[in-house]
Amino acid sequence: MRLEINGLVKAFDGKTAVLDYVNFNDDVDTLALIGRSGCGKSTLLRILGGLIPASGGTVCLDGEPVSEDERHRKKIGFVFQQGGLFSHLSALDNITLPLVKVHGFSKSKAQERAFELLDRFGLAGEAGKKPSQLSGGQKQRIAIARAVAPKPRMLLLDEPTSALDPEYTTEVLDMIRELKDEKLSFIIATHEMGFALHACEKMVFLYDGKIAEYGESREVFANPKTSELKEFLSKILEWKV
Amino acid sequence: MSIFTSYSEKTHPFKATFNLVLMSLLITALFWLALSLVGVRLNFSFLAPLSGRIFDGYLMTVCLSAASFFISLLLGVACAAMQSGKILVLRYFAKLYVIAIRGTPLIMQVYLFFYLMGTAYGITNRFICGVLILSLFEGAYIAEIVRGSLLSMDGTQLEAAKAVGFTKKQQLALVVLPQLLARTLPALTGQFASMIKDSSLLCMIALIELTQTLREISAMNFKMFECYMLLGVLYLSLTLPITYASKRLEQRFDYEA
Repeated sequence: MRLEINGLVKAFDGKTAVLDYVNFNDDVDTLALIGRSGCGKSTLLRILGGLIPASGGTVCLDGEPVSEDERHRKKIGFVFQQGGLFSHLSALDNITLPLVKVHGFSKSKAQERAFELLDRFGLAGEAGKKPSQLSGGQKQRIAIARAVAPKPRMLLLDEPTSALDPEYTTEVLDMIRELKDEKLSFIIATHEMGFALHACEKMVFLYDGKIAEYGESREVFANPKTSELKEFLSKILEWKV
Repeated sequence: MSIFTSYSEKTHPFKATFNLVLMSLLITALFWLALSLVGVRLNFSFLAPLSGRIFDGYLMTVCLSAASFFISLLLGVACAAMQSGKILVLRYFAKLYVIAIRGTPLIMQVYLFFYLMGTAYGITNRFICGVLILSLFEGAYIAEIVRGSLLSMDGTQLEAAKAVGFTKKQQLALVVLPQLLARTLPALTGQFASMIKDSSLLCMIALIELTQTLREISAMNFKMFECYMLLGVLYLSLTLPITYASKRLEQRFDYEA
């Protein structure tokens, strides 16, 4: 999928820009957004997902301008760091409701699709449970199932494992990896360097609201050019085995 | 572990029954002692021929509370919307309303509204006046309940509603309203129980509801104790089921916690 970003700026309430003139133009299949907290990863994903407006500049996906309306949003799947499942609905209804109300599925078709995904990811037993009855890992996997159920053109994941224990982190990342093998395009903001390196073809390092480095994940990771990325990597990997 | 204590929520049924009976005996003894100290022997038989009047009063209380509940609900929701809206005159007005009503006693509002506003604007029907006064009073409390649950709405839930592609209307109907309802319903039900009790102060404007009925009967018969005990039981017959319903609703919606 072609992602074109031209002069993208985002400032909240007239404060300093969170995204400061971001430019990007390349085909994206699997992309990792890395960078320290507050560098603009979430903001960039939210603009791509049409959840917040940009302050300036343009963003196009496959030549279509990204805008803040539901016609754009329905083509994109979005997974939040946590709390994205509707708390008043069961896991099953979380998946079927958007299918029925937004994508025009019949109720039975929507259930069929939901169970297809739940079965596949070993979540069928949780179908009737409310989010408060699920583990953190189950919640995130159901959120991902909800996002991919309508077969979106792209999946955006905003630090989907940051709020999880290591055990749950693996099960969520495994699921994304499996979806990747089915040619689902995604952009993921993450601190999981192993995943960014092995499961994402390309990598963007954001620093102070700008793209400081971009390239093939292996290349960016093995040969960081900027001192900022070198410092970031050494910090984040300091205590890894 | 003794038979008198329990450290958990769940208590063995035998122990629970034993202690409930013990408590009831103690309370009965306390009342019995008080009655014998003031030299009163309870006799409820004089109430039998008056049951029609009492029933009318009971019905009046139910109607008053039910009518006020619906009007105060509308007032409360409107007021909460104004408080979080962008039109400043309305926002300040709503804030002042809540502060003034919650900060003053109901009896003052009853008198002021009935004798000043009621007379000035020609609202002479006591029932309508009573419903208006009670609605204005409870509306301020309901506004705070609604505003509280509006504030407690989780931002991510709203963002997720956008993200799955819902239109503005769908976001409201499929996510915001059901969640708000779940949060407010238990508290609203509790407020309804309060409203039934608060309606008793409308006896001050000689509205013949339950309290006023029994006040009149007790003034005629000089049987104060019997009348007020019956009054308590009759109010409990209304408030207990509602309180129970409120508890059940709370359990039903506890996923929100």
